[in-house]
Amino acid sequence: MSKPEQFKVHDEPFYQPQRNEVALYEAAYAARLPVMVKGPTGCGKSRFIEYMAWKLGKPLITVACNEDMTASDLVGRYLLEANGTRWLDGPLTTAARIGAICYLDEVVEARQDTTVVIHPLTDHRRTLPLDKKGELIHAHPDFQLVISYNPGYQSLMKDLKQSTKQRFTAFEFDYPEAALEATILVSESGIDATIAAQLVSIGATARRLKGHGLDEGISTRLLVYAATLIKGGVSAVDACRMALVRPITDDRDIRDTLDHAIDATFA
Amino acid sequence: MTTLAGNDDAWPERLAAYRAQLDCRFPQIGEVFEASLLDALSVLSPAGVGAYLDTGRFLGGMGRGVEPVLAFLQEWPSIARILGEEALPAINDTLQLIWKSPNGKAISPFLQTLAAVARRLPERAQMQRYLELTLELMERTSSSIHGIHKTFASPGLPDFFAQAPTLLGSLAIGGLRNWVDYGIRNYANHPERQRAYFRLQLADSRAVFQRERQGTLLVDQQRPLDLYLRALWGDSAQLVPYATAVDPAADSPRTSPALPALPYYDATGIRLPDVLDDAHGISGVDRYRASLAHIAGHRRWSTPLFADNFSPMQRMAIESFEDSRIETLILRRYPGLRRIFLALHPRPVEGACRPATESCLRHRLTMLSRALLDPEHGYQDASLREFVARFAQTMAQGEASSEEIATLALAYVARTRRQSDQLANVHFTDTVIGYRDDNRHLWRFHELSDDEEMFEQPPTTATPEVDRLPPRHYPEWDYQSQSYRPDWVSVYESLHPSGEAATIDRLLEKHTALARRLKRLLDLLRPQDRVRIRYQEDGSELDLDIAIRSLIDFKSGATPDPRINLSHRTNGRNLAVLLLLDLSESLADKVSVGDGEQTVLELSQEAVSLLAWSIEQLGDPLAIAGFHSDTRHDVRYFHLKGYSERWGDPVKGRLAAMQAGYSTRMGAAMRHAAHYLAAQPAEKKLMLILTDGRPSDVDVQDERLLIEDARKAVGELDQQRIFSYCISLDRRADEYVSDIFGGRYAVIDRVDRLPERLPELFMALTR
Repeated sequence: MSKPEQFKVHDEPFYQPQRNEVALYEAAYAARLPVMVKGPTGCGKSRFIEYMAWKLGKPLITVACNEDMTASDLVGRYLLEANGTRWLDGPLTTAARIGAICYLDEVVEARQDTTVVIHPLTDHRRTLPLDKKGELIHAHPDFQLVISYNPGYQSLMKDLKQSTKQRFTAFEFDYPEAALEATILVSESGIDATIAAQLVSIGATARRLKGHGLDEGISTRLLVYAATLIKGGVSAVDACRMALVRPITDDRDIRDTLDHAIDATFA
Repeated sequence: MTTLAGNDDAWPERLAAYRAQLDCRFPQIGEVFEASLLDALSVLSPAGVGAYLDTGRFLGGMGRGVEPVLAFLQEWPSIARILGEEALPAINDTLQLIWKSPNGKAISPFLQTLAAVARRLPERAQMQRYLELTLELMERTSSSIHGIHKTFASPGLPDFFAQAPTLLGSLAIGGLRNWVDYGIRNYANHPERQRAYFRLQLADSRAVFQRERQGTLLVDQQRPLDLYLRALWGDSAQLVPYATAVDPAADSPRTSPALPALPYYDATGIRLPDVLDDAHGISGVDRYRASLAHIAGHRRWSTPLFADNFSPMQRMAIESFEDSRIETLILRRYPGLRRIFLALHPRPVEGACRPATESCLRHRLTMLSRALLDPEHGYQDASLREFVARFAQTMAQGEASSEEIATLALAYVARTRRQSDQLANVHFTDTVIGYRDDNRHLWRFHELSDDEEMFEQPPTTATPEVDRLPPRHYPEWDYQSQSYRPDWVSVYESLHPSGEAATIDRLLEKHTALARRLKRLLDLLRPQDRVRIRYQEDGSELDLDIAIRSLIDFKSGATPDPRINLSHRTNGRNLAVLLLLDLSESLADKVSVGDGEQTVLELSQEAVSLLAWSIEQLGDPLAIAGFHSDTRHDVRYFHLKGYSERWGDPVKGRLAAMQAGYSTRMGAAMRHAAHYLAAQPAEKKLMLILTDGRPSDVDVQDERLLIEDARKAVGELDQQRIFSYCISLDRRADEYVSDIFGGRYAVIDRVDRLPERLPELFMALTR
């Protein structure tokens, strides 16, 4: 299988547009502008990028960033073989070579010195110097860099540098409006609309507690989980406790409050 | 059972015989004797009546006047009805013991409230514990000057008896015991305070009372209820408790004996009862939630109406209808609350109110309100049913509005109006809906009344100049009772006065050699953010030198070293430090240094300066504070250096002005310091305590007390993930310092070496 082919998104992912983000993204891609997607966890950022890659018919390389990630994890490194060393491209280098959309998920999790390596790819140069190998890669014309960024939960220590931020165009995502979110639940899990609306109202309940002991509200993703459980025959109250409340908090007071909200909603 | 003999022919004779058995010639007895005796005959066995009269005779003959006899004769039959007449011997013993002590005056209050107490403690075993508690209180608070015999009466005992029914209304017997115990321990030697304590007039008397109460306390549930309000209703307001038992008249102006104070809200917050028991199978916290749901509903959906055009009856009906509208809307949103509302809403019995003699409007409205909430109400009244239907119709179109519902309410009042609604005798049974608020928010007035509160505001008197911040209160641990004394210590904080910074510079100059040595040590400690770790089997990068060497080994047939990678490690120091200095009197002691003499204070200044300088070099955030105390009412906490301040002249100036005085109440100072340190974002938090003696204060006789309190404070710091470490200059510190700090202390025997030891200790701790 050719390299670009293995990174292609073959089936259409379900994505429910909230506003005109699809058109805006297409415009950004046409100009090959780097894109940043912001928003709370589980609101559909990754799904959106996947959908766009499918729609544009481009390969998509996703890298989940973490604290231990180093620049060589992105760019590539030398490996040792029987007859000497061999260079292995990292995901960012591969994407630049084959003309893929490179999606760095939760980029703030990576250390700041790591994020700097993307700088030359994100301005007019569109190049990636591999200093260890002594090579300068000119990015493929189809290459585009996308990062996701969740401004909610990080500490002061974890924020993107201004010099990084100012290389991107940005989309801000939030949880969909109640009605829209209910339709998403219905189409993702196939439960009926009333239960979907009740689940959405429980979600709204928890989102109001953000900053009062909850770092993040209940995400659309968790609501889909709950809906799936209910569809599978679990009672609504149990499904909500299991999928919505227990994962997000260890705080007794918050747990009791949300449990009460569930009891009050599903009479 | 003796026959009830009021109309018996032989009755006057028997009455006289009983009277002779009582053998008591106070004239006041005659007035009540016959009625009391009839009462007694109806509950007591013949033997019981005999014992009753015997006890009466004893009380009459003990020389304490008529009051004890009267109280006993009148109260005993009703007590016996609750406890059974077998309870008499125990009570008799108690009476005897009180009589033999100097507390004879307490007998009347004891007997007067005994019936009320018995109603709260209907089990004989509980009553027995009450009696034992009484005797213990008497024993421990009666005092003597010479010899073994108690000669002074217990000051608090009569007051205790007077309060007992109120107390038992809210406390279980175990809680009462703790409350009494606290009073005895803290006020045994202070008659005036003791009396005030047992009259519930002291702040800590009330505080302990609150702590021991049964049921769900609002203060304990503040956060869950805040969360509830925010999460389910998107609303937030201050939740303010109002007292329900201690003094019922305090908070809500609508209080009357028949009606308990209702929740309400105004611009300053939502007022809720301070404590709620579980009731009707609904837990206390759910009762709070029900109230909050109702109030949040009003805040969301109610609009105020002009009250001037309505009669009081009409207003009452409008309030009731509006409450029902709000609840209908609430249940549309959260149908699960219906179970709670139904359990808490009274269910008035149809026909329980007699319109001929009572005002039935409240009863009718409550029935209607029940019917609107409960589809299975089963009431037959035609107009009630009609209005239930009309209400449903109004609500079917949407949310309706306060005005629309008012129209409906007025129609209902007009339809069901009765002459007797005007009567003063209102039927209250089953009409109090305790979780609903009093609807004061629903009314606006065109004409502002000329009530007294509308008069010109009295000119505000100029507030006196405050020269310090208001105190913060901290609890203190009482090891004897294993409990906290609530809000016991007042800590006043202020910025330390300034002196001359040059003094400190001079002191530091003396130690230039030491400073140079420290500097070398510090350079080793200084964090280097990224450290390379070589020789790793797994790592982020290939370490080419090693890799090539391995390859050569491999090719030449030797075993290659597989550790050819290198990785990085961050080595940041993320540490906040608070240095707490004991500034008590003993700091002024002199010690010999070399060939001269220096005070401990000066040595401390040198040491602290060096340490502050060292920490500044390392870049760790540091705050310095000092404290001393003059009784629990005045613990002073001085800021010498704040976290955001640099080590510069203002800080040096304050250090230079340090003075020794007063005592060492360490626990409170540590708690206050922890309050600042805990707010620091650092990962590790270190509190260094530099002290020269044991915790003590002039108002504490018990040596252990403050030591135990400090030990408890250390435990509290641990829970906040603050590491505490004590540096003691007291050579005899071993006796107590390990009790307080466990193993985390260092005793510096040679005080003159403090300036060099302190920075070294710090570096060793944080290496």
